[in-house]
Amino acid sequence: MKIAVLSGKGGTGKTFISVNMAAAKGKARYIDCDVEEPNGYLFFKPQEVFSREVTVKIPIVDESMCDGCRICIDFCKFNALALIGNKIRVFEEICHSCGGCLLVCPQKAIREKEKVIGRVEQGLSEGVQVVTGILNIGEASGVPIIDYISNIQWDPMELTFIDCPPGSECIVMESIKDADYCILVAEPTLFGVHNLNMVCELVNLFNKPYGVVINKYLDDQNPAEEFCFEKGIDIIGRIPFDKELGAMNSEGFIVARESDKYRQIFLNLINNVVQGVHHEAAINSQR
Amino acid sequence: MKQLLILSGKGGTGKTTVAGAFIRLGQTKAYGDCDVDAPNLHLIMSQDIKSIRKDFYGLDKAVIDQDLCIECDLCRQKCRFSAIEADFGYRVNHYACEGCSLCEFFCPQGAISMKPAPAGELMLYNDNETVFSTARLKMGSGNSGLLVTEVKRQIKESNVAADLAIIDGSPGIGCPVIASITGVDMVLVVAEPSISGISDMERIIRIGEGFQVKMAVCINKYDTNLKNTERIENFCRERDLPLLGRIPFDSQAVWAINNGLSIIDIECRSGHALRTIFEKTMKILFE
Repeated sequence: MKIAVLSGKGGTGKTFISVNMAAAKGKARYIDCDVEEPNGYLFFKPQEVFSREVTVKIPIVDESMCDGCRICIDFCKFNALALIGNKIRVFEEICHSCGGCLLVCPQKAIREKEKVIGRVEQGLSEGVQVVTGILNIGEASGVPIIDYISNIQWDPMELTFIDCPPGSECIVMESIKDADYCILVAEPTLFGVHNLNMVCELVNLFNKPYGVVINKYLDDQNPAEEFCFEKGIDIIGRIPFDKELGAMNSEGFIVARESDKYRQIFLNLINNVVQGVHHEAAINSQR
Repeated sequence: MKQLLILSGKGGTGKTTVAGAFIRLGQTKAYGDCDVDAPNLHLIMSQDIKSIRKDFYGLDKAVIDQDLCIECDLCRQKCRFSAIEADFGYRVNHYACEGCSLCEFFCPQGAISMKPAPAGELMLYNDNETVFSTARLKMGSGNSGLLVTEVKRQIKESNVAADLAIIDGSPGIGCPVIASITGVDMVLVVAEPSISGISDMERIIRIGEGFQVKMAVCINKYDTNLKNTERIENFCRERDLPLLGRIPFDSQAVWAINNGLSIIDIECRSGHALRTIFEKTMKILFE
């Protein structure tokens, strides 16, 4: 079963929740899809790490064959090509690797090279297999890295946790497309609710079963909880605001490995998710 | 007009809270929210006037005319984005299509055409004295960098005379962040003393260095982990980055946000700390 952990707003605790759920389970896979700012490995400190490079295809022009006809430039919708002097220049950062320019070139003067944009690291932390996508600094899009991860033939694993990037744009969709269940992490602020609303729309669009975890839960005013009640959204967990827990987490400790009390919180969360998925499956089979 | 951009790398460190406070403190006449994927600044910057709304279009996307399609499969084979689905007749998955138009070029039947596709909306509040530009990316859309550029263009092209513009940025290091940094005069990084916060701060600072833009750092919720606060300060000293101050963790700040206020609007510790940071920022920005 694959469980994606997401939130519209950044900093609500996606990494905290997904890391600790995987650790509480003991034997699980944790995939960090927040390739712009991957952080899960800082907690897991995986051993026996091996790394694979992720590349995209970028055109290169053979100047001896190019006659400056500009057909490639006119074709490129991303404005990644320009004629400067009498040479074609490729702006690699904005190229989308569609391969159009080499196919339209009448002189066959364009071919492609592989350009490294990041890497996927894989290691072990106790029983947890830790997979991390990392985008190189200066690169614009991490989508090819997430594609790369989802195309790897992974060994079967009972539970996989996918730590998603913030927001609701295309890279988040890539991250959740194979998920069986989505956990939306919300924080009890007006900001948190506004962005929670946006991810709710996203998971609804994809027909994914989902539930909300309210992190940094306080007993007073709680806009996130009110929002869930109003919309009839399942709250599958509340993690209390706790200074000790916050301090341990900020140091890079996995709280579920440090104390049984915290471990139990995340085991309960896993139970709620598994029940949610089975419930959904039962409803679907009745249809 | 000098442009100040607030960034953090990690989400949830307090970008919008700092931006909101700065806008009040500087009685700023021009400001914008470039976090188009999860915009929040408008929630604490109440507006008396209505916004002018404008649809934002990204690149045109492919549409297949079912009457002309002979199901030759060429488009599906050529598409690098797996955007052509052939389950029930040939159709384009709009979320996957990046608009390269390769399929249109190759279709032997002329059955494919590129059609405008809304990718979000832009909002502009302008009462001739103050201008506030914000936007919201459509769910699952790419094109966030283009929309960010439009948000900034709306500020620049307004009739409002302002010597200072404050821009709230997005988390991460990818496309929208790169589009946000382009052309600004200074970046203020809001750091958070957790191991994730430090790792993400280092990555965003490397992006800023690539743009050779003025940079400075302040630390939010500094008292949640003093050891890490010192690590951030040492990092900044090593890099010769101006350290503009520490902001304490403050539950009053949460109260302010949940009531649609900036932390400057109420009497609180974090607001006090920000006043000094604001003055120091202005000194660097205008020096």
